[in-house]
Amino acid sequence: MSNDKKTDNNRKNDNTMLKLENITMQFGGVIAVDNVSLEVKKGEIISLIGPNGAGKTTAFNMITGVYAPTNGVIYYKGNKIIQNTPQGKMKKLYQGENADMYVGKHVIAPTPDKVTRLGIARTFQNIRLFKSQTVFENILIAKHMLRTSNIFTATFKLNAKEEAQMRKESEELLKIMELEDVRDELATSLPYGKQRHLEIARALATKPELLLLDEPAAGMNPQETLELTQFIGRIRDEFGLTIFMIEHHMDLVMEISDRIYVLDFGKSIAEGTPDEVRNNPRVIEAYLGGAQDE
Amino acid sequence: MSKTKKIAWNVGLIAALLIVLFILEQVMPSGSMLFTVLKKGAIYALVAVSMNLLNGFTGLFSLGQAGFMLLGAYTYAILTIPAASRASVYQYYDGGIINFAIPVPLALIAGGLVAALFAFLIGLPVLRLKSDYLAIATLGFAEIIRAVFQWDKLGPVTNGSNLLKSFPTFRSVLYPFIVSGICIALIVMLINSTYGRAFKAIRDDEIAAEAMGINLAHHKRLAFVISSFFAGVSGGLLAMYQTTIQASMFKSAMTYEILLIVVIGGIGSVTGSCISSFLFIACSEWWLRFLDNENFYIGSFHVPLLRAGFRKVVFSIVIMAMVLFYRQGIMGTKEFSVEAVYNFFKKKFGKKGVKEAGGTNEQ
Repeated sequence: MSNDKKTDNNRKNDNTMLKLENITMQFGGVIAVDNVSLEVKKGEIISLIGPNGAGKTTAFNMITGVYAPTNGVIYYKGNKIIQNTPQGKMKKLYQGENADMYVGKHVIAPTPDKVTRLGIARTFQNIRLFKSQTVFENILIAKHMLRTSNIFTATFKLNAKEEAQMRKESEELLKIMELEDVRDELATSLPYGKQRHLEIARALATKPELLLLDEPAAGMNPQETLELTQFIGRIRDEFGLTIFMIEHHMDLVMEISDRIYVLDFGKSIAEGTPDEVRNNPRVIEAYLGGAQDE
Repeated sequence: MSKTKKIAWNVGLIAALLIVLFILEQVMPSGSMLFTVLKKGAIYALVAVSMNLLNGFTGLFSLGQAGFMLLGAYTYAILTIPAASRASVYQYYDGGIINFAIPVPLALIAGGLVAALFAFLIGLPVLRLKSDYLAIATLGFAEIIRAVFQWDKLGPVTNGSNLLKSFPTFRSVLYPFIVSGICIALIVMLINSTYGRAFKAIRDDEIAAEAMGINLAHHKRLAFVISSFFAGVSGGLLAMYQTTIQASMFKSAMTYEILLIVVIGGIGSVTGSCISSFLFIACSEWWLRFLDNENFYIGSFHVPLLRAGFRKVVFSIVIMAMVLFYRQGIMGTKEFSVEAVYNFFKKKFGKKGVKEAGGTNEQ
């Protein structure tokens, strides 16, 4: 126990933002993510790549609390936020590694809203905007999380100051995200690229320190992708963010990533700088399908 | 339109409405159907808006409204029957076990609170369910509550399956209007607050709402408890309107009536629910009554098919047509407001003005 605390303290001192330790996710007999460990440092842009079905989105869902991992620990800024060991039926079924590594430890499984309140915001692969709300309201809703008012003070408008602050911050965010001209339009009536922008803006409205982007360039043309590349770099600097993203557009990934992790069939097969990963034979094999056998 | 102007308009309209009602009451005979419709309509408007808060704004499909109204009505009645008349009301239970009466406004609030308390307890297990399953569970709850309140063993409190009567009632049509008005205003204020926005977010996309840091369980419970509170208050009002109550009144058919009002008015529109509740009550209590009359003649033509219960047939057809062709209801998700009317007329007649002035179309 004391040993545990010591290492926890050590972790707090370095600038690690997010750390996954031996994370495994097993659905029935399928191991979606198998014993993955990775680390994201403050201020970095890290990409998670891999072929379809490699377990990238599952990894995101575990970090954000949508799924509790079957086994493993996740640290955020040196604090354990998620921890689990194979439970119940999974004890017998479990085929991943390190089954007994965390046995007997306390299970920590926060709901997604708690994770967001810690400072981890995310966007979704298939855009999930609030359909019946305007662009401005979409952002304003995200500010709800930062309220100090309760239901009575909010109903009787005793929180006017806070409400005004929420609105002001949302307006500012609209300006920064270049969504000002579509402020009062329905979120779903925006063109696709703008909807992606809005999703990022909405995530930023929760004032995160770590931003998880799930395929931000999905469905974008090369021009839009290029703009997005610059945009991601810009918001990182402007908001002092750390960015962890899943992406398939290799030009985007290679351009802005500080480091890249590669998943294949749930396993982490490579990590390193864009150049290292580009030339890694295992990555080439995973993407091109056993080219070395020829 | 400026904010103060908007408030002035709204206050003016409400005052005008109350004055018109007051004058009507002085002029018309008190037995007129109009007052029945206005009284019952106001009460149903409140419960419809409370249901809309849950179904329309939070996206929780609940069918427990009649159960919560029952709780409110019974709480109100039990707490306000004067001590002197308890012996005659509870004649089979030796005058019951409660021997005091509290003032009417307090009893109405108590009715709401009891409904809210039950909603909280029921909500703990039930709110984990989604869509249809939630509807089935809440419907079941309403039926169970109705059965429990008729239980003989609870007789000293609930008077078993016998009538509760002799409690204070209202005579003026202004009373339900003012109470419902205040409650609906509170609901509207809630919907316009940051919590209301969170409710709408949950309705639109639960997963995204949760990812935006909105605690789903907490907010769903809030919506459920608040909705039930106001259903309880409207139950109390209904007891006052009907002067006697009995658990068997609060059947699931009542919930369906309220649901129908919400659907006709537009799911997600407060003013829609209000308008449609008056329309619905007017049709069912007044305008379509002739359909139940077997001897109905237009000139000397005897209209066929009409007989007792035919009203319901016509009603069902209207509902089916409504659901098939006019799903968004009267108002959709829009609201009737002074501003909207103002903008509408500005659009219609404003163009001419702009042309004449030759200026820019600034708002």
